[in-house]
Amino acid sequence: MDTTNTFKRINRERKLRKFHQAKWDEPIIFELSKEGERGIGIPKADEKIAECVGDGVSKIPESMKRKKEPNLPEVAQARVLMHFLHLSQETLGADLNIDIGQGTCTMKYSPKINEQISRIPKMTEIHPLQDESTVQGILEVMYNLDLIMREISGMDRFSFQSGGGSQAAMLMASIVRAAHKANGDEKRDEIITTIFSHPSDAAAYALMGYKIITIYPDKDGYPDLEALKGALSSKTAGLVITNPEDTGVYNPRIKEFTALVHNAGGICAYDQANANGLLGITRAREAGFDMCFFNLHKTFSTPHGCGGPATGAVGVTKELERFLPIPQVEFDGDKYYLDYNIPDTVGKVRSFYGVPQVMLKAYSWIRSLGTEGLYEVAKVAVLNNNYLYKKVTEIKGVEAPYAKGRQRVEQVRYSLNTLTKDTGVTSEDVQRRMFDYGMHYWTSHHPYIVPQPFTLEPTESYSKDELDEYIEVLEQISKDSYENPELIKGAPYNSVVHRIDETTLDDPEKWAITWRAYLKKTIKDE
Amino acid sequence: MTNRGYKYHPYIPNSVPNVQEEMLKEIGLKSIEDLHEDIPEDLTLKGEMNIPAPFKSEYELKRHLEGVLNKNKTCTEYVNFLGGGCWQHYVPAVCDEINTRAEFLTAYGGEPYEDHGRFQALFEYQSLVAELVDMDVVNVPTIDWGQATATAIRMASRINGRGEVIVPRTICPDRLMIIQNYCSPDIKCVFVDYNEITGQMDIEDLKAKISSNTTAVYFENPSFLGFIEGQGEEISKIAHKIGAECIVGVDPISLGVLEAPVNYGADIVCGDLQPLGIHMNYGGGQSGFIATRDEEKYVMEYPSRLFGITPTTVEGEYGFGDVAYDRTSFAKREGGKEYVGTQTALWGITSGVFLSLVGPKGIWEIGQTIMQNSQYAINKLSEIKNVNGSLFNSCNFKEFIVDFNATGKSVEDINKELLDKKIFGGIDLSNTFKELGQVSLYSVTEVHSKEDIDNLVKAIKEILEP
Repeated sequence: MDTTNTFKRINRERKLRKFHQAKWDEPIIFELSKEGERGIGIPKADEKIAECVGDGVSKIPESMKRKKEPNLPEVAQARVLMHFLHLSQETLGADLNIDIGQGTCTMKYSPKINEQISRIPKMTEIHPLQDESTVQGILEVMYNLDLIMREISGMDRFSFQSGGGSQAAMLMASIVRAAHKANGDEKRDEIITTIFSHPSDAAAYALMGYKIITIYPDKDGYPDLEALKGALSSKTAGLVITNPEDTGVYNPRIKEFTALVHNAGGICAYDQANANGLLGITRAREAGFDMCFFNLHKTFSTPHGCGGPATGAVGVTKELERFLPIPQVEFDGDKYYLDYNIPDTVGKVRSFYGVPQVMLKAYSWIRSLGTEGLYEVAKVAVLNNNYLYKKVTEIKGVEAPYAKGRQRVEQVRYSLNTLTKDTGVTSEDVQRRMFDYGMHYWTSHHPYIVPQPFTLEPTESYSKDELDEYIEVLEQISKDSYENPELIKGAPYNSVVHRIDETTLDDPEKWAITWRAYLKKTIKDE
Repeated sequence: MTNRGYKYHPYIPNSVPNVQEEMLKEIGLKSIEDLHEDIPEDLTLKGEMNIPAPFKSEYELKRHLEGVLNKNKTCTEYVNFLGGGCWQHYVPAVCDEINTRAEFLTAYGGEPYEDHGRFQALFEYQSLVAELVDMDVVNVPTIDWGQATATAIRMASRINGRGEVIVPRTICPDRLMIIQNYCSPDIKCVFVDYNEITGQMDIEDLKAKISSNTTAVYFENPSFLGFIEGQGEEISKIAHKIGAECIVGVDPISLGVLEAPVNYGADIVCGDLQPLGIHMNYGGGQSGFIATRDEEKYVMEYPSRLFGITPTTVEGEYGFGDVAYDRTSFAKREGGKEYVGTQTALWGITSGVFLSLVGPKGIWEIGQTIMQNSQYAINKLSEIKNVNGSLFNSCNFKEFIVDFNATGKSVEDINKELLDKKIFGGIDLSNTFKELGQVSLYSVTEVHSKEDIDNLVKAIKEILEP
């Protein structure tokens, strides 16, 4: 046998992944319509039923009969499937990438087993108003999840009714309102927050009738304690704050903050959307909060689903339990039941009991980790973040303002201000270029207090090699920005689409929010 | 290294000790305990959290969860007549196929470039619901119908600066609680009575209660109690005459056979997408939508994201992006409209798939089957001695109130006995609509066979005439 190998091994030693996103150039579903095609057969009423009641629709009052058939597309089933599969392939889900670029969103791995269990008929085919004896399984999950959340937060009771973090912030605001009302203290109409807390915190409290006072960071990036003292008064209704803030900086004086607010008569609410790095390390209770919320779709891994269904789990101290929304799940030692007897309840924020299948997935995730697993999650998330922090700030043109020499917790807000000054390449240009490598990159919430910002959050889900890959792409883009800035400004090239025309989106004459509006507002080029 | 933690966990690649050591070295730390340096000692959790020990294999975890969930009895094992805002409809297989796709299931807030498909899918959902409601603007989904209504009312109030909304006394009680919490302290609910024979809105009472403070008149079609409100045009005229908006809540699966509310004067339409291809999930399938005409005064008041279609730099390529983003709290914090955030986008995509599958013929056929099946159930239930299959003398869609007052038995007792016969009887209204006495709201859809309905009737007969 000839021992000389002539078959050359494929060289995979190149530095960066050569990515191109699937591009299907997919039409709009309406363009696929062919008269007469059907996507699915519909059950007809039994013949004997039709004999008995007739066509059913003649009984509709004339004024309420549909006059014009809705202009829905007529498309055969396989083509509908193919269409939406194409669209799915043109979407960069977390399962497909090193998803550390959507900082503050906690894009972690959502285990498949949890999703599969949540899809069995024992979960999907139950009606929320079934007799309690027939839903003992899901009630048990909801009750036990409450017990676990109490341990994680130190709070005394949880409500899972909120369908997302923003709705949870709104529920917390509702509870603050109800609590002051119960004390006859309704003149308190000011809420204090920080600029690096989520925009929804400020917005949700404003919606519930509060004036918002925003605290800015001191020179080191910590919420300004002196500014807080200056803001407190007999008008103070409460505080709503994240910690770590979106900068990743942990405010070590948080207990001082909550104590000052309490002394002024305010109620302290903790937005724990950034809790992932703190699981088993430190809790809302010890920091002096009266309330907190976790996002089950973030820290607790139930997937984000393009933006819900989701759960904002709101925990409160004993003093505030009487304001929780109805119902709460209780256990009498024998069976689980729904308790509507909550004396000063704010009522409801969402129909029924929230999103139980999301609670199930969060419960399952926790049961795969236990106390030590949650601790590992927090430690590794913070390890990953600080590793990334060191490496990313070594890249030319990248800095991270604030708290120099200190560790960060769950994420870091970086700045490309130097890169932009040196090259003219902005953070938004870099963002589009990152897509050419199959990676997300989020700038930051507005306003851009940190100039040319971007925010990375590696969570515990990614390996060192994956972090290194992300860093190498950033390095390459920095290098290219200095050597060939036009390359970066013209991105993306390997994405599904090229630069969109954003001007139409703010123009009432041109914006088109539906296909029918688009057809009305555009003229065909003959 | 520490003894704490859970090394080699399958979900945590860097739980491998050697890798941790390498990374710690890189950042100049000796131990994993050296992380979290900024957490003050007095805030550090000292004791253990009392959380059950983990299942160390996926198999054990699965067995545990299945064991717990097996305690549930489902609407496929029992015959279900519960509705009231969450309804049992057939979910086409393709709907689940798409919403379990990893790309959609695990995406979140990407930009129009790497998440083009997500933008297009949600734009198409908006466009498909727009056809159903015959309007030009639909938002990315809200949390549920209640949230959609509450936001619609706040939109109206921002448009005309008024602080009272008129709602029918027949409104879904849960939805009312959501509205009252969400709209206070700015907007107060004023209740308009209903005709006790037909259930229809009492127009005289509406005229008496509407005023120049009225921001909007809201009603539901079909109503929470199942009847079709036939006076839509009259109600909207009364609202418009005084400068108020007309808001109509709809069950979208009725819109194949029922008129789109815009055509009897609605300005803002809202409803729940759950009937359109989404499993009940013990109430976890709810998802709201809002629709309006394409007028700046409405569009600029939406708090939600609105995805629009737009050209790109390449000829022939569709692009998508956020319409009028500066309205939102993402752009303006407390200066934005209400707030925006995670709601129910995956259900929006799913309902888009559903409407693409059923098409114009299918949506009509579903409506017809529901009407026939529910009318049959009403007729058959009325044949039972002392039972009236439909309390109100109006045409119904899907739901209807069964009157048990003359039977001498409570709905609670009847439902208990039905449960023994593996039937989930209708919703007991005797606590929420006390004035109606022992009545029950039944829901009959396209999933119910003649046999299901006949068995229900037989079971009730047995209970009442043993």
